[in-house]
Amino acid sequence: MANQTALHGKHLEAGAKMVDFFGWDMPINYGSQIEEHHAVRRDAGMFDVSHMTIVDLHGSRTREFLRYLLANDVAKLTTPGKALYSGMLNEAGGVIDDLIVYFLQEDFFRLVVNSATREKDLAHITAQAKAFDITVTERPEFAMIAVQGPNAKAKVATLLTAEQQAAVAGMKPFFGAQAGDLFIATTGYTGEDGYEIALPNEQAADFWQKLLDAGVAPAGLGARDTLRLEAGMNLYGQDMDETVSPLAANMGWTIAWAPEERNFIGRKALEQHKAEGTQKLVGLVMEAKGVLRHGQRVVVEGGEGEITSGTFSPTLGFSIAMARVPATVGDTAEVDIRGKMVPVKVVKPAFVRMGKKVI
Amino acid sequence: MSSIPKGLKYASSHEWARDDGNGIYTVGITEHAQGLLGDMVFVELPEVGDSVAQGDDCAVAESVKAASDIYAPLSGEIVEVNDALADSPELVNSSPYEDGWMFKIKVSDDAELSALLDAEGYKNSIDE
Repeated sequence: MANQTALHGKHLEAGAKMVDFFGWDMPINYGSQIEEHHAVRRDAGMFDVSHMTIVDLHGSRTREFLRYLLANDVAKLTTPGKALYSGMLNEAGGVIDDLIVYFLQEDFFRLVVNSATREKDLAHITAQAKAFDITVTERPEFAMIAVQGPNAKAKVATLLTAEQQAAVAGMKPFFGAQAGDLFIATTGYTGEDGYEIALPNEQAADFWQKLLDAGVAPAGLGARDTLRLEAGMNLYGQDMDETVSPLAANMGWTIAWAPEERNFIGRKALEQHKAEGTQKLVGLVMEAKGVLRHGQRVVVEGGEGEITSGTFSPTLGFSIAMARVPATVGDTAEVDIRGKMVPVKVVKPAFVRMGKKVI
Repeated sequence: MSSIPKGLKYASSHEWARDDGNGIYTVGITEHAQGLLGDMVFVELPEVGDSVAQGDDCAVAESVKAASDIYAPLSGEIVEVNDALADSPELVNSSPYEDGWMFKIKVSDDAELSALLDAEGYKNSIDE
């Protein structure tokens, strides 16, 4: 029996097409993935992301623990509520998962990790936390709704109390704040403005309905994937996994090398990857007809690579992809599409942000 | 429950064929198939004048989800293709049996019709 989120009934009510997503029965679309995609880029859409795993860490040494657990450095988090994106690596420098960490209090940090990796993440975190005397608490009693798009914040504001509005007023990107029963964060996976809101399961359906009434369009996992790919954001399990160095997954910016004396899991291996050189994750653009897809072979200057994520970009009207290729790659490449070699442009892996083309 | 018009012939690979008279059959994909594929983004059609054999892959439907081969339900010559799909591939989603048709075949062997399903048979094959 597949897991169901607190919003399962709302999805069925809206006529969603449901699919199995790593053990969760989730909406892939509510009719048209492309229309849902446009709703997020042009107005406001919402995603049920309750399947994602919230893990709270309590203990006086939590910051010290996270500086060891994560490749990015939580020492950067100096203001309560501030969040950071990081890879959680194994000793070999492979990515166990990518996650967001929130600094809430000196003895209380919150992680949001992927659902597909929930069990191994919890096992790893719990095992590593022992030496630091950290309490690791999963929070399955929370549902999570991502409301994204240029009008997302304004539409959410119509549902908030005066206190809640004050709590989020002027909140910069990558912050989270507890406001009454809602944990409201200025994060997302679409390249648009908006919130990710965690709230008690029993309030989720009512809140979702109010968002619907406020004109927020429900959007499924299909649109979530095309939006994140346009924004150049990695999908764990597809663009990187335990066998891939973050340096080969466009995650170099998430590795905090300084201070040199900070030891974190995977650091030694990463230093070696850096010295030896790795493949790199690039963006591909194909303006000709056709769609780039995961797994297609990419021929570049100096070797061959593979598309890790590919799709039709509804915003741009042509196909885009991320591909892992030899670092010798030039400005163009060829992709093997069903036996035909098709020329593509090589770009930085970010295509659309805040509704605008960035290539 | 998706629509499966009576009077059409169906292949178990989800194409439909409609008898237009004079041995010409219009071909498209079923409502069930477009639902499985999701929003259509490109349709690659055969060329007018191509000869196709029953079961040949002769077109490609690219949706947000995947590229899927479309198989000729009957043997013959392609006599017309739906040019409207070049700019409006979404017609396959919104009108799979009418505006979203793909190509027309001048059939060379009527006997092949017996290999196709009727509406009832297709309905059973997709277990709806």
